[in-house]
Amino acid sequence: MNIVVVVRQVPDLIEPLEIVPTGDALDLDTASFILNESDDHALEQALLLKEAGGGSVTVVALDFGDVDNTLYTAVAKGADRIVKIACDGDTPPAARDSAAVYAEAIKPLEVELVLVGVQAHDELDGGLSPFLAAALELPYVGVIRGVKAGDASGTITACKEFPGAVMARMSVKLPAVLGILGADQPPRYVPVSRIRGAMKTAQFEESAATLAAGELLLSVSRLYPPAPATRAEMLSGSEEEIAGRIAEILAEKGLVK
Amino acid sequence: MSAQDVLVLAESRGDALADVTFELLAAGRELARATGGEVLAVVLGPGGAAHAPALAVADRIIAVDDPRLAEYSPEPFASALREVVEAEQPRAVLIASTSIGWDVAPLLAARLDAPLATGCQEICLDGDGLMVTASFCGGKMLAECRVAASPAILMMLPGSYRPTDETGKGELEQRKPAAPLEPGAIAFEQWIYPEAGDVDITQQDVLVAVGRGIQQHDNVELAEELAQALGGAVCASRPVVDQGWLPATRQVGKSGMIVKPKLYLALGVSGAPEHQEGMKGAELIIAVNTDPKAPIFDVAHYGAEVDMLDLMPALSEAIAARKG
Ligand SMILES: Cc1cc2nc3c(=O)[nH]c(=O)nc-3n(C[C@H](O)[C@H](O)[C@H](O)COP(=O)(O)OP(=O)(O)OC[C@H]3O[C@@H](n4cnc5c(N)ncnc54)[C@H](O)[C@@H]3O)c2cc1C
Repeated sequence: MNIVVVVRQVPDLIEPLEIVPTGDALDLDTASFILNESDDHALEQALLLKEAGGGSVTVVALDFGDVDNTLYTAVAKGADRIVKIACDGDTPPAARDSAAVYAEAIKPLEVELVLVGVQAHDELDGGLSPFLAAALELPYVGVIRGVKAGDASGTITACKEFPGAVMARMSVKLPAVLGILGADQPPRYVPVSRIRGAMKTAQFEESAATLAAGELLLSVSRLYPPAPATRAEMLSGSEEEIAGRIAEILAEKGLVK
Repeated sequence: MSAQDVLVLAESRGDALADVTFELLAAGRELARATGGEVLAVVLGPGGAAHAPALAVADRIIAVDDPRLAEYSPEPFASALREVVEAEQPRAVLIASTSIGWDVAPLLAARLDAPLATGCQEICLDGDGLMVTASFCGGKMLAECRVAASPAILMMLPGSYRPTDETGKGELEQRKPAAPLEPGAIAFEQWIYPEAGDVDITQQDVLVAVGRGIQQHDNVELAEELAQALGGAVCASRPVVDQGWLPATRQVGKSGMIVKPKLYLALGVSGAPEHQEGMKGAELIIAVNTDPKAPIFDVAHYGAEVDMLDLMPALSEAIAARKG
């Protein structure tokens, strides 16, 4: 099966997030970027499908943030081709605009299955994956945890998550786009030496697709950290002191007898 | 039908409406009061009309019946909803951020070339547009966004609005899709339920929840010891389950379990909206996190900025000492 995986860079939430002086965007100059978690799962799922049934995995990304490292890591994990799309400017494009350029880059690849993370935490205008499916005029289902080859050729089965650890098993006729939430296995670890090896041997393919800004349907006027009405009463001291205080609170509430 | 109406997608699970539907209806009522329009509730699938009494907050309840809507699959659902939206031309379409919502809302927006906003917590009228306040970056930021065009497709975060007692006209209209619904290339096959036998975390009074801060599989044992000292069970956020360190039946949140224990001890959990959805209702929440800005502290009653790996053994000991 020929699989394309789209991977995105997102700000690392472990680092403090800064806002630009105009107050309407994140200050990405101060952010550090990581691979979007559900895209990492999408890549893992693609590699598992390839290992089980053959085919190829092509990873496509906008040239943004720390993307080179992400793409080399993908090769070290087992991806066959890495494709970069030029992305000028210092902010990532809206999901719809990205979908249009990814679609342009993906169309010539004769793809059977496109896997994209179902969500990126810096998106405000919705899922890239369904927009990409619409742009490619392919069927779409998202919130998928686990994909297997189907019983009939040209099909796969995908498990869609519902509340309460319940899944709906869906049969999917290919070609299709899936929004991945989790792979059948956690994303694999790859040693730094293998990534270094990939840096020496792997070649980027530059896509001819060009990013164009579409109509602005959603505009951010203000960004701010939430100021909730209530906030936890913070306990301070050493671990032992905090543990003692928690035990005391639990005893007061009758939760430890 | 009016360009000032607010349309709400009412989701059902089995025979009952999803709780979030009532929150969306309350949001719809509030917005419709500002626009001067009506609230329309759309329920898809055979038997949808039976939900009409429960949807009386709406002015009109549009029940679309077709055998292809009996179980969820994206194409028939998105097509049926699109037909209603195109016929009614509402100002806004409110869809919950659920498993189904994450498919149909963007598909609808793409097909109608309509704006889409995700993570919406608040909506209000802003001149001839709408202003939404949306959560992003895992709940660490809020964004005020202006949505200019109609219909605005708004994906609402569960827990953002309180259900209302208000009632609308409650008129039921039963419809069939004008054109037969295409099955699409993606078909529902069967439900897969979690294997019985594991602890039912929804029935526990005390839950020790571990998030990515647990760092390694081996450390789960420290949480197990603490849960044992407290007479409770260990549960987890999604990344811990994704790693295979705990079974899916222990996951709390949007796609996991909704829990309301007497004590929820959240250790190394950031408190993303999808996690909060499952635990906000706990009677007492104590959060431990090394990041003082973690959103979990916004819902916790008590918090401590400390390493969970140090705290867990100290707390197990403190509890044991109290028990004597
Ligand atoms: C459709 C959909 C459904 C989802 N469903 C769910 C769901 O059901 N349940 C769920 O949980 N998530 C769900 N998610 C994922 C959710 O968005 C978050 O990614 C997830 O909740 C984050 O888990 P976390 O808090 O453990 O990890 P992180 O967000 O990475 O947070 C880890 C936290 O640990 C803290 N930390 C690190 N080390 C330590 C230490 N030594 N001591 C103390 N603190 C430490 C960090 O400061 C950080 O705050 C869903 C997402 C989507 C898109």
